[in-house]
Amino acid sequence: MALFKNLTETQIWKSIFRHKYPDNTRDQALAVLSNVFLHLHPIKVRKSGVRMSFTWCMGGVTFFLFLVETITGILLMFYFRPVVEYAFNDMKDLREVTPMGIMRELHRWGAHLMVITVWLHMLRVFLTGSYKPPREFNWNVGVILLVLTLLLSFTGYLLPWDQLAIWAVTVGTNMARATPLLGHEGPGAALLTLGDIPIITAGSDVRFGLLGGTVVGPATLMRFYVLHCVFIPMIAGVLMAVHFWRVRKDGGISGPL
Amino acid sequence: MEFAEKIKHFLDWLLGPVTFFLFSVIGFGAMIAFRGWWTRTPVALSLFGLSVVVFLLSMTDAQFRVIIEKPDNIPIVIMLCSIGFLLWLAFRKMAINDGLIEQGLPTIEARESKKRVMCWPDLIYSEFLIAILVTIALLWWAIEIKAPLEEPANPAVTPNPSKAPWYFLGLQEMLVYYDPWLAGVVFPTLIIGGLQAIPYIDMNTKGNGYFTFKERPFAITVYLFGFIVLWVLLIMLGTFLRGPNWSFFGFFEYWDIHKLTSLNNVNLSEYFWNTWLGMPLPENIFLRELPGFAVVIFYFAALPPILANTVFKRFFIECGFIRYNVMANLFLFMAALPIKMALRWLFNLKYIVGIPEWFFNI
Ligand code: HEM
Repeated sequence: MALFKNLTETQIWKSIFRHKYPDNTRDQALAVLSNVFLHLHPIKVRKSGVRMSFTWCMGGVTFFLFLVETITGILLMFYFRPVVEYAFNDMKDLREVTPMGIMRELHRWGAHLMVITVWLHMLRVFLTGSYKPPREFNWNVGVILLVLTLLLSFTGYLLPWDQLAIWAVTVGTNMARATPLLGHEGPGAALLTLGDIPIITAGSDVRFGLLGGTVVGPATLMRFYVLHCVFIPMIAGVLMAVHFWRVRKDGGISGPL
Repeated sequence: MEFAEKIKHFLDWLLGPVTFFLFSVIGFGAMIAFRGWWTRTPVALSLFGLSVVVFLLSMTDAQFRVIIEKPDNIPIVIMLCSIGFLLWLAFRKMAINDGLIEQGLPTIEARESKKRVMCWPDLIYSEFLIAILVTIALLWWAIEIKAPLEEPANPAVTPNPSKAPWYFLGLQEMLVYYDPWLAGVVFPTLIIGGLQAIPYIDMNTKGNGYFTFKERPFAITVYLFGFIVLWVLLIMLGTFLRGPNWSFFGFFEYWDIHKLTSLNNVNLSEYFWNTWLGMPLPENIFLRELPGFAVVIFYFAALPPILANTVFKRFFIECGFIRYNVMANLFLFMAALPIKMALRWLFNLKYIVGIPEWFFNI
């Protein structure tokens, strides 16, 4: 204890933490306020809103899993090459020889779990009527986060480049063939012609744009990799910031007024 | 052992896409109707114990284990357990709160909602603790179970069945009843759009920030029906019960590639012209599909005003014209799935409007 006391008196410690041990209201408030990671929280929260039986903590768990995915994902990026020749073997190495290959397991099971917790979070928000005014907008941000979470999971599913991966993605993206007007097997696509020449073909429809080819191939792997590692996480990250900020600005966790 | 085999055969025989869905709907109705009863702790505990026993007994079956223990299927089991638990928690609070409201007393949440507590430690500690627990659980899971890695990708060898990732299997199951442009494109778009519309079409101001069923029975029933029956249970069906050629297999049934399911589905136009009028199909596509178009137009254009004057009268008055129509149409789209399922099972109906020439099949 004395050591700890001495430690907290040092200039280094004081330069990092601008408050005393948070055992009184003032320092507890400062602990939240002066910390960039904690300061999205308000200083005080509704008692009914911190109950686990009310929020189920599912939004929090979802966010935590997003962080887990980010960290394990970055570590995986050091080893994984998104090129058809290497992708599968890199996965196999991760499984068998690469040190810390367990990152892949953490990343995969974390991703599945995140899909589940988003749904449960949404269920809780619905059942407590927390989408009602003034939280309509945040519900909408949430819906977009839901879609992004599913897309993250889906784009990641392709990367191991095994049978499971390409066929699941083939089944999933085959739907895009049938997009009305924009898919070559979609209703109305035949109407889009330049004279006699059809505009929407297997080589120009939305599915082609998604896959970078007519089948799931090397270009798809690269596309999904970039979407998975950069594009979608970036947007999701920004929207999460908006989401949390709005939770607070809309009056904190909902409760009866 | 003999006896156990008999029960398994009976269950496999009992289960089919039709009975699975029927049981789901009946179970769902019972969950809503008897919420005061099954949420009581002794009853809930007994139900939980019963399902654990059934699950453990089923695990003695090799075929059941093969499906359940597929690494990528484990999340589904976790999901089903957590949904069961959380639904119990939510419905219990609803039942208690509804009782309190009836007596004019403040709800569980209202008793505490005026009081504010310090974020540190009350919230931060919980968050930190949960983070640690999740980390431990995830580590344990990752150590116990390897992430799957199958044969290297081979575009020439199509696995049978080819399945989308598990969270999309509800959509894949819809493909049995609707063509890809609906099941794969239009319906997902409407699900997302419909979810976004919810806060703007639900004009009921009650039940904001606390659990209650009685104050918003319609909203909760519809949402839960969509989520539990049309999403989660269809995922379960698609994952556990659909085998090669997307044929249906019972929980304990071997996935035999040669299992035949006779499909002899008939279009509405064939019913109308051939069976009822005793005529050949007309050459003209529009004439041929006239009955189908009539049905679809009636469904989406005539039903909303009819409903507005009958069962949805209160909503129409509360919501006004635009909100009401958005709500009614989303509702009808959602109902279109179970309706088509029933039509398929009862009449072998294939397409209501069938114009394969233009990929326009409904
Ligand atoms: C990546 C996905 C998401 C993350 C990380 C996330 C995170 C959070 C967190 C941490 C909270 C604070 C309260 C709580 O934990 O329940 C929250 C609240 C909220 N979330 Fe989410 N969320 C996500 C997705 C969603 C979705 C899919 C919806 C709905 C469609 C949604 C709607 C809301 C609403 C309306 C609130 C305010 C609830 C209240 O005031 O009681 N969120 N979210």
